[in-house]
Amino acid sequence: MDQGHFILHVKEFNEFQSVLKKLLADSHAKVVFLVDKNGSLLSSAGETADFDTTSLASLAAGNIAATGGLATLIGEKEFSILFHEGERDNMHLSVVENRLILVVIFDQRSSVGLVRLRVRRASEDLARILKSVDETARGEEEGEGVIEELTEADIETLFK
Amino acid sequence: MSFINYSSREINCKIVYYGPGLCGKTTNLQYIFKRMNPESRGKMISLATETERTLFFDFLPVSMGEIRGFKTRFHLYTVPGQVFYDASRRLILRGVDGVVFCADSQLTRMDANVESLENLKINMKEQGYDPDRVPLVLQYNKRDVKDGVASVSELHALLNYRNVPEFEAVATTGVGVFETLKAIIKMVLIDLKKGGR
Repeated sequence: MDQGHFILHVKEFNEFQSVLKKLLADSHAKVVFLVDKNGSLLSSAGETADFDTTSLASLAAGNIAATGGLATLIGEKEFSILFHEGERDNMHLSVVENRLILVVIFDQRSSVGLVRLRVRRASEDLARILKSVDETARGEEEGEGVIEELTEADIETLFK
Repeated sequence: MSFINYSSREINCKIVYYGPGLCGKTTNLQYIFKRMNPESRGKMISLATETERTLFFDFLPVSMGEIRGFKTRFHLYTVPGQVFYDASRRLILRGVDGVVFCADSQLTRMDANVESLENLKINMKEQGYDPDRVPLVLQYNKRDVKDGVASVSELHALLNYRNVPEFEAVATTGVGVFETLKAIIKMVLIDLKKGGR
């Protein structure tokens, strides 16, 4: 991930997915998203059909970036947890390993205390998977060749 | 930083439109939003003031089709151009894969163009990028203004320090908008193929 691109393979994707599903059930949340700090959606679980997931990922990243900027201004490293309370739904955002953002949306069926508790456990699991993503990236030359094998002719096909 | 997802077979890249205030960055995205097939683009989000000046960013996700079985998606962002929003600009540059520098062709805005370009270089360095290597395309916007417009050669001499692709544009009517977008997408994918920065 510290290279030019972040490659997520099927194995780690499935592992992320099972952590999110477990978190969804344990925290009685409506929906759970995992987003990278640049605003790309990595994985999600729950009632995602009701949400514009791409916009949500981008705004969550913007939200974390802006509060991170605020934190720096007051001499903090970052605000690792954000909580937004709505009339019906609430949103809990937390930073995982300074790289990913875990977003939990929940209503009155759950509580911020329960979400916070379950998020802490899930974050540990996500951090472990992230480590494996890094190890996979180091173990292979460069992204299994798909990117490296791209030709200019392939790229041209996008514009035909 | 591009994101390649083998599970959903997607390549995601981030492109940022940079430039001085009122040069037409948001207008570029609005035109792309208006003209692209709704199936190929998502919603456009504008975090703007009540007077429609960009406060934090505009965001538009677009899909450009498949390459070798991978869907290509590009997240287009604009920065707020006004000088005092520098902290926000720095945040938006994080993880960028390519930059469109949108310049205002009006002679009265030449200082603002130069200042914004210098600001881009500083902010890229602060984010750990080499400003001489990040994929970059220049767009000279507002070519339809009748009087007091710099020539392309003047703009080139003033701004195109890397001799990168440059396009004349009238973002309000769409002239040059998709040409610019295509050029930066090509550069980003070629850069990705080379293994990033």
